[in-house]
Amino acid sequence: MNSRPRPIADPARLRRRHAAERRFRLYGVAAVALAVGALALLLATIVVKGHGAFLQTRILVEVYFDAGEIDPSGTRDAANLRRGNYTVLAKRALYQHFPAVSERRERRSLARLLSTGNDLVLRALVRDDPDLIGTRQAVWLIASDDVDMLVKGHVSRDLGEGDRPLDDAQLGWFDALVADHRIEQAFNTMFLSRGASREPELAGVLGAAAGSAWAILICILVSVPLGVMAAVYLEEFAPQNRWTDLIEVNINNLAAVPSIVFGLLGLAVFLNFFGLPRSAPLVGGLVLALMTLPTIIISARAALLAVSPSIRDAALGVGASRVQVVLHHVLPQAMPGMMTGTIIGMARALGETAPLLMIGMVAFIVDVPTGPLDPATALPVQIYLWANSPERAFVEKTSGAIMVLLGFLILMNTAAVWLRTRFEGRR
Amino acid sequence: MALATENLAGTDTAAVERPKITTRAVNVYYAEKQAIRDVDIDIAGNIVTAFIGPSGCGKTTFLRCLNRMNDTIDSCRVEGDIRIDGEDIYDRAVDVVHLRTRVGMVFQKPNPFAKSIYENVAYGPRIHGLAASRPALDEIVEDSLVRAGLWDEMKDRLDQPGTSISGGQQQRLCIARAIAISPEVILMDEPCSALDPIATARIEGLIDELRARYTIVIVTHNMQQAARVSQKAAFFHLGELIEFDDTEKVFTNPSEGRTQDYITGRFG
Repeated sequence: MNSRPRPIADPARLRRRHAAERRFRLYGVAAVALAVGALALLLATIVVKGHGAFLQTRILVEVYFDAGEIDPSGTRDAANLRRGNYTVLAKRALYQHFPAVSERRERRSLARLLSTGNDLVLRALVRDDPDLIGTRQAVWLIASDDVDMLVKGHVSRDLGEGDRPLDDAQLGWFDALVADHRIEQAFNTMFLSRGASREPELAGVLGAAAGSAWAILICILVSVPLGVMAAVYLEEFAPQNRWTDLIEVNINNLAAVPSIVFGLLGLAVFLNFFGLPRSAPLVGGLVLALMTLPTIIISARAALLAVSPSIRDAALGVGASRVQVVLHHVLPQAMPGMMTGTIIGMARALGETAPLLMIGMVAFIVDVPTGPLDPATALPVQIYLWANSPERAFVEKTSGAIMVLLGFLILMNTAAVWLRTRFEGRR
Repeated sequence: MALATENLAGTDTAAVERPKITTRAVNVYYAEKQAIRDVDIDIAGNIVTAFIGPSGCGKTTFLRCLNRMNDTIDSCRVEGDIRIDGEDIYDRAVDVVHLRTRVGMVFQKPNPFAKSIYENVAYGPRIHGLAASRPALDEIVEDSLVRAGLWDEMKDRLDQPGTSISGGQQQRLCIARAIAISPEVILMDEPCSALDPIATARIEGLIDELRARYTIVIVTHNMQQAARVSQKAAFFHLGELIEFDDTEKVFTNPSEGRTQDYITGRFG
């Protein structure tokens, strides 16, 4: 018989082995749980802090659309109507509810319950329906950010009068309005439809979102074709020599360069040398394109490398030229992999702040950009700016903007994944 | 042609009446390593020529020289004279794309394109503009599939991906793809090594039928296969052509001891 020991089913060994296996699986589950937990915590914090940004406190008042203030000439001409003094109408409407308040200083204090942006609301109403002039209407006006914070419970009434934004008189008026059911919270359409503002209750993310969208569009248009072409050339056509090795090393180095350096490069090259406009999404997009280019090249090369060489042989074997091999067979197969790299690059570009600071996309810009040459900020820059603002109400705006940025990201990734599955389905 | 007959007397290659492919003093190097040494061979048209030999003997490398597939390997260098119908295929004036339409290839592993069965066959004719219209293209596809013995199985599923059919069917699809551009020569690099015996038998039958219209060169590890399908057999060893003769003679009465050793299984 064979003298060597034969493996026997030793129960103790077997138990240890099973235990090791269970333990190993547990580590994996724990790691995943930790990651998911951290992500959930992050999202929950942002949503808890930021959901208030989507709600705005409003005050119901009777507004008399005084023709003397907004249409003295009586022409109902649109240009004239735009110039009317709507702020006065809003203030007067509030004064009516408190006839006892007659002194100038008191009245000014009362007016502070209202946002300074109510002229926008009233002007829009008159623009849509000029027949309102001369009539008396119940209108929900925007409350000031101090009132908004009070309603949302971010301001304590227990503080001393000097320490809180609203004094005792203002609190009294506020309580009277509440008792009269004239205070409510409604969906904050301004947050999604306006640009930046000094007043938190009037500030919106649309300007920053549009800036980001333009910049990302430019970034995609520049970096994807460039990156794919570079990858195709390096992988399919370039000879293997010292020069291509050098290029490869440098691409890898470039991928690791801190993003602010790309911002400095953009400042030096695009602004100072080429004289492109400051704060423009065009420049932002170009800088972000430079930043994402290495990522896209590296992932596109990996995707090309993963395409089976036998497909290349097959196409060459039926007499396809090298360009035909690449365009007809290799690229379609590599496309999903390239898309993945592009998604990662774009997601990074969308969340990038530092390079945009360098090229001036950090300015306070109220108008929503309508093209890549209009001055604009980007969502992450807007988040950074709001996070630095002293008003309490900007805290929730910051989280709200983060939610919008995340939504933007999810939307972009969903689109890319959808595109990818379509490509995969086609082959 | 003059060159071919002139040199023949001085070499030990078996004389061939009207060689389709002639090679003289072919040396192939991968970087510094020499893979093929001084191969002279005359391959006749309309028969099947088998290249046999142990792994790493250079038979696939040599096969790939015949349609310049080695061009795609940066480190590979081919020296010597390779002619098809007397035309030097490594001449600067020769367009490699055109060469490969004359010399088709079937690979070791079935490698259909990730496209439909129809598109797999239609791709070659399409890029070379062989069909003026859709009906003409349909005809080429049908004709190629018929000749590859695949039409009856595939005619109702032409729009399915070429990768969804069995390995044997895939390899016949690759043969159909190769003959769709009407080549003169078909090179086959171990076309049955990934297939089961039944699929192999079908491919072998197919090769026998195709011989009437094409010059076929097949690399195989399988001695029986070489004996079954080929009329001429070339035995390679360590990059050299050891023996080239009628298949029957190579397998029954080889003139070289090394050939004898290999085919009787003493090495390789």
